[in-house]
Amino acid sequence: MLGLTQKDFLLLLVVVVLTLLAPIILNPFPVNSSLGQSFNAGYPALMQRFAIFGILVIGFNILFGLTGYLSFGHAAFLGVGSYAAVWMFKLLSFNIIPAIVLSVIVAGLFSIVIGYVSLRRSGIYFSILTLAFAQMSYALAYSVLTPLTNGETGLQVYPSDPQYLAAEGAPSAPHVFGLPMAESTTVYFGDWQFTFEIGYYLCALMLILAFYLSIRIFRSPFGMMLRAIKSNQTRMNYTGLNTKPYMLWAFIISGMYAGLAGGLLAAMDPLTGAERMYWTASGEIVVMAILGGVGTLIGPVVGSGVIKYLENIVSKINDNVLHGAFNALPDGLENVIIKIIHPFVGEGWQLTLGLLFMVVVIFLPGGLVQGGQRLGALFSRRSRNATAADRDAARQKPAE
Amino acid sequence: MGILEVKGINKRFGGLQALGDVNLSIQENTVHAIIGPNGAGKSTLLNVLVGKLIPDSGSVMFDGQSVLGRKPYEIAQMGISRVFQTPEIFADLTVLENVLIPCFAKRDGAFRMHALEPVRHEREIGRQAETMLDEVNMLSKADVVASALSRGDKRRLEMAMCLVQEPRLMLLDEPTAGMARADTENTIALLKDIRRKRGITMAIIEHDMQVVFSLADRITVMAQGTPLVEGTPDRIKTDPKVREAYLGETQI
Repeated sequence: MLGLTQKDFLLLLVVVVLTLLAPIILNPFPVNSSLGQSFNAGYPALMQRFAIFGILVIGFNILFGLTGYLSFGHAAFLGVGSYAAVWMFKLLSFNIIPAIVLSVIVAGLFSIVIGYVSLRRSGIYFSILTLAFAQMSYALAYSVLTPLTNGETGLQVYPSDPQYLAAEGAPSAPHVFGLPMAESTTVYFGDWQFTFEIGYYLCALMLILAFYLSIRIFRSPFGMMLRAIKSNQTRMNYTGLNTKPYMLWAFIISGMYAGLAGGLLAAMDPLTGAERMYWTASGEIVVMAILGGVGTLIGPVVGSGVIKYLENIVSKINDNVLHGAFNALPDGLENVIIKIIHPFVGEGWQLTLGLLFMVVVIFLPGGLVQGGQRLGALFSRRSRNATAADRDAARQKPAE
Repeated sequence: MGILEVKGINKRFGGLQALGDVNLSIQENTVHAIIGPNGAGKSTLLNVLVGKLIPDSGSVMFDGQSVLGRKPYEIAQMGISRVFQTPEIFADLTVLENVLIPCFAKRDGAFRMHALEPVRHEREIGRQAETMLDEVNMLSKADVVASALSRGDKRRLEMAMCLVQEPRLMLLDEPTAGMARADTENTIALLKDIRRKRGITMAIIEHDMQVVFSLADRITVMAQGTPLVEGTPDRIKTDPKVREAYLGETQI
């Protein structure tokens, strides 16, 4: 189906269903309950981020997962994509199509330059070069390039901007051919409330396309060559293959994915600043990829989802919420438990993330995806002991 | 005129003359062994031939074209394949993928961007790879990850990867180094088989005299960076200069 094997097609189908039903799946609790207010993640602003960062990390994974080249400056492409999109809003109109197209193109061109230079080295030197480029972009955006980036204020659309192609009566916010991104329908179902927003569904559609494309790339001769580069560059050379253009293309494709993510961020909220290119943002991408499972197809989506969830949901949990959750327990025990949990939630969410990251790196080098597979294998072994050995052999290969 | 003509190669590393005025001619359809004691310059010479080292002077012509100054991948595309002392394979990929990659390299050249069609749709290439694996008796292991293979199988896989490109010259760097006797004999049998079926020209660097004398048509003995004697195995066995320089008291 669609040029995919049955297994890959099922994986794609799972992603399609999950993204399309996300507004329902992520709102499992009634809207006014205390659980709902703390743990419901199905609101558009957060779901957009799930999808956008999913795209970003899927692209990053094409470079890091397949070739093993760790780019530590990927946020630069995200930032460049955002700037390009906002400029399109300022010059043409609030229609997001030209904005997104240009952000992908500009990020692609930018990655040709950075990739060409950085790929002269491998290993840690490559990482440092990409990091240096990203930090340079960040610093330039704040200083010399202020006319382009509007410096510390951040780039945004003003009423005085020309918007040469803006149609009469078009929405004064990002839209697709008149359909505003922020428009949404809310459906009530008893005490439950689900919000379906145009903006989210645009991001979801892009995520699905990005994911589909990444499966195709993984399974193509190009993808195989990239894995071969990761495995043994010497043999590549003596097989008569020039690794440089392969690497550069992987870098460019990966940069274009980041540009798309940047363009979408701007399409959801038409302003951007240099902090989007700061090195911690690049680091976050690396953490997302490793947490989910480097080199796996679904890992990037899982990793970015988990981190965005922790960042937005766990960070909101305060002692009141905890008291609500452990209400049923005797007071003394309740206080002890809350004392223990307290450092890990609210402002301490990064402690939870850090511990989770350490556990994954130490025990699950294949990321959360590997964890999921182990669980899956455990259950199926219980049901069918006979084939367990086969499955063990299959699991020797990194998961996809 | 040989398929590979090496003329007047010199290479210095600081004060060390690694190669001094090396002349060598490898004839088509022969197995040419290069032997010599440690430090005789065999590996340096090999690295010059594959483009990893650039000599200070001299010329290396392969089939009428100079290989000097070309990158390893360009030289490989000209039809020179290299088998390493420790098998260089794609350890993280499956056995089949290991053979598919050289098939693509042969058909598409040093680089081609085809990132959308799945590998399995390339039926012709797939058949080619499977035929090759069958020839080296590894078809049953096609889906095994290469790192899980035994040393002997890794060697066979590496040979298959080279052969599937139908090279005109194969360079083998101590193909049996560190192998158990049985593996060594298997490798000799494999090389003889390749020789008989395909008639590929081979240049072998080897320490193991059994390997050398059972395979080679011609032997060049190197010492201190220069070829000392060249001739048929029978002549080399009896040459007094060779005995002195290399073979020592070893009985042959």
